Amino acid sequence: MTELRGGDRGWDELRAQLREWRAAIDRILPSWWGRGVAVLAIVIGIVLPFAFSSNSGFIDATIKALSLAVMSLGLNIVVGFAGLLDLGYVAFFALGAYSLGWFGSDFFFKAHVHVGVAGVAATETGIHLNFLLILVAAAVICAIAGTIIGLPTLRLRGDYIAIVTLAFGEIIGEVAVNGTDIHLGGGMTLTAGNLGISAVDLPYFPGIGHFNLLELRPWYWLILAILFLVLFVNVRLRDSRLGRAWIALREDEVAAVSMGIPLVKTKLQAYAIGAAFGGMSGAFIGAYFTTVNASQFQFGFSVLILSMVIIGGIGSIWGAVVGGLLLGYINYWLLPDVLNNAPSKIGLNFQLTSVQFGIYGFLLVLVMVLRPQGLIPERRRKLEMTGAIAPEAGDSELAEPVPEMNIGAVE
Amino acid sequence: MLRTYVGRWGLIVLLAALPAFYVVRDLTHGYQAGFVHGHAVVAHDLSRIGLNVVQGLANGAIWALIAIGYTLVYGIIELINFAHGDVFMIGSFVAVGLWGTLGIGLSTGTAGIIGGLILTLIIAMAVTGALNVLIERVAYRPLRNAPKLAPLITAVGFSFILQNVGLLWRGGSPQSVDDLINQGNTVFNISGVAIQRGYILAVGTMIPLVIGLGWFISNTRMGRAMRATAQDPEAARLMGINVNQTISLTFLLGGMLAGAAGLIYALYQTNIWYFQGFKAGLIAFTAAVMGGIGNVRGAVLGGLIIGIIQSFSDNRLAGGEWTEAVVFGYLILIMVLRPRGLIGEETREAG
Repeated sequence: MTELRGGDRGWDELRAQLREWRAAIDRILPSWWGRGVAVLAIVIGIVLPFAFSSNSGFIDATIKALSLAVMSLGLNIVVGFAGLLDLGYVAFFALGAYSLGWFGSDFFFKAHVHVGVAGVAATETGIHLNFLLILVAAAVICAIAGTIIGLPTLRLRGDYIAIVTLAFGEIIGEVAVNGTDIHLGGGMTLTAGNLGISAVDLPYFPGIGHFNLLELRPWYWLILAILFLVLFVNVRLRDSRLGRAWIALREDEVAAVSMGIPLVKTKLQAYAIGAAFGGMSGAFIGAYFTTVNASQFQFGFSVLILSMVIIGGIGSIWGAVVGGLLLGYINYWLLPDVLNNAPSKIGLNFQLTSVQFGIYGFLLVLVMVLRPQGLIPERRRKLEMTGAIAPEAGDSELAEPVPEMNIGAVE
Repeated sequence: MLRTYVGRWGLIVLLAALPAFYVVRDLTHGYQAGFVHGHAVVAHDLSRIGLNVVQGLANGAIWALIAIGYTLVYGIIELINFAHGDVFMIGSFVAVGLWGTLGIGLSTGTAGIIGGLILTLIIAMAVTGALNVLIERVAYRPLRNAPKLAPLITAVGFSFILQNVGLLWRGGSPQSVDDLINQGNTVFNISGVAIQRGYILAVGTMIPLVIGLGWFISNTRMGRAMRATAQDPEAARLMGINVNQTISLTFLLGGMLAGAAGLIYALYQTNIWYFQGFKAGLIAFTAAVMGGIGNVRGAVLGGLIIGIIQSFSDNRLAGGEWTEAVVFGYLILIMVLRPRGLIGEETREAG
C-alpha cells in the first residue's frame, strides 16, 4: 500500500509539471489556436480516405470504429451525464438494426411500401424506405423503447438500475433469437433469429446512387456525418438546461429534485436521447454488415460500449469519442489484423480475437484501478474520482476522508 | 394506499399465479400422462405439478447457493459482485478437472466415487473461495472509497476475464461430463412423483451448507463481526473489528458456496461450459433480489422460487428457449413492485 502511495505522489509531481508546461504553451499560442485545431481535425477526418485505397482494411476498421464511437456518445449521455448505469445498451443496437431489417429489406414480404428508393429496392416486395428515413425511424423506435426501459428504473438507484437495464437488454436479445416463433400473420415473423435478415438494402441517396461494399469512402463519410451530428447535439446538450439538470441529478438526486428539477421527465429524456443515438448507429452497422443477425446482440456488446465510455472518461464527450475509436480500432483492426496470431508465435494455441472480451475486462479493471477518471476525464468527474481515491500525503488508514479538502488539494 | 397494497401483495400474487394456473388446468383439463396401446392417457391429478416443483427445487438449490454469495457481498459492501457467477463456473471447471486428474470416472467403484466427490468438493470450494478473496483484493478493495460505479465496473471486467479463462481452458462449446452418480436414477416415489438422485444430491448438499453458514453467522465471533460490519462498517471499525479481514471472510464464504454449487451443477446437469456462470449469475442475482438482498434466508427462498419458475417455464409455459426472458421479466416486475424483495429490509438503493 505504502509503495503505491509513494508512486502516486511521484505521478502527482509529474502531472503538476505537465500542467505547468501546458499552461506555458497555452500562453504562447494565439487565441484562434483551439478552433484552428478543431477545423484541421475535421478536414483531416474528411480527406482521410483519400490516403488509402477505396476498399482498404484500415478504412473498413475506421468505419466500424466510428459507428461504435457514435454508440459510445449515446451511452455517455445515459451513463456519463445522467449517471444512470445502463448495462443493456445492446437493446438499442438491436432495435436500430431491426429498424433497418424491417423497413429496408424484403423481410415483411407481404407489404409493398417504397419511399425514396431506387433500383431493385423500388420493385421488390417488402417495406423499403430511404436510408435517412430508416435512421429517423430507428431513432424514434429506440427513443420510445428507451423511455419504456427507463420507466421501471425511476424509483431505483445505482446498481439496481444496472440490473433492470441488463434484464431488458437480455430480454430483447432473447426476443431477437426466438423471434422466429412470433408470427405476424401471412407467414411473416418478427425476426429471422440466428439466420439473420441478410438481404438488407444498401443506402441510396438521389444524386449519389447506391452504396456498395467495394467503394468504402461513401460509407466513411456517411458515418462521419452521423458522428459530427451526434457530437454537435452532445456538446449543445451538455451546456443546455437539460444537460445541467442531468448532471445535477447525477451528483445529488435529492438536492436536484428539491431545487425543482423534474425527476421523471429529465431521467426519461436521458434514456430516450441516449437510445436514439444507439439506434441510428445500429441501423448504420446493420446496413454496413448487410445483415441483421440475432447473434450480434449479446451482453458483451453492452460491455464493449460501456468500456469505451469508461476508458475515455465517464461523462466526457471527447473521452467517449476517443474511447470509442480506441476500442473500435483494437476490436476491428489491432486484434484481428495485427496481433491475432501473436499467441501462436509465443507457442500458445489460441487466437486473440477469441479472448477479446477478456482483454476488455482486463482493460476495465486496469483503468478503474489505475486511472478511474478515464483517459480524457470530465473536469467535474475528475475531481470526484481523484478527490475520493487519492489520500492526502501522510494520510493514515484511520484518518477520516475529507473530500472537500482533497478536492482543494488536487486542483 | 393502492401502492402499498400492490407492493405487499403484488409480488406474492404474481409468484403464485403460475403454479395456481397449472394446478387448476391439470385438475380440470387433465394432461397427457403417457401412451397405452397408442392411445393418449389423460390424467387428472397433481403428480405432473409435483414433478415440476421437485425439479424446480433441485435447480433452485443450486441457484440458492450462488445467490447467498451475492447477498452476503451485497449485505456487507453494497456491491453487486458481477464476477460471482463466473466464480461458480470456475468451481464447475475445477471439479471436473479434478475428476480427470484423480481418475474418477464411470468405472470407479461407489466408495471411490463418494470419497473422490467429497475430496473434490473440498478442493473446489477452497479454490473458488480463494479466487473470490483474490478478486476482492485486486479489484474491489483499492476502490473502497471510490464512487460506487467503479467497483461495479471492475466486477464486470473480472467477469469477462474469468469467462475467457474458462473459454481457453475448455473451449467454446458445452462439454458433457461423466454422469458419475447416475443422477437420473429414481430413488423413491412420493405419490407418483419420481425423486431422482440428482434432486437429492442438490437439495441434500444445499441444506447442510446453508445450516452451517447460518450457524457460523449467528454463533461465532467472526460471524458477529460480519453482521456488525454489514450494519455499519465505520462503527464496526471503531469497535475494533478488522473490517478488511471481515470483508475478505465474506468473499471467502460466498466463493466457497459458489464452488459447491459448481460441483453440484456439473454432477446434476452433466455438462459444463464457460458461459454457464453468466446465465447462472443473473438468475441467482434475481433470486437474491427476490428474497430481499442482504438476507441469507431470503436468498435461499428466492433461489428455490426462481428454480420453480424456471422449471414451469421450461416444461409448461413457453419452452426452454424463453426461460431466460421469463426469469428476467420476473426480475423487472420485482423491481417495479417490491424492490426490497419478499423478506428483505428496505435498503438505501432500492428505497
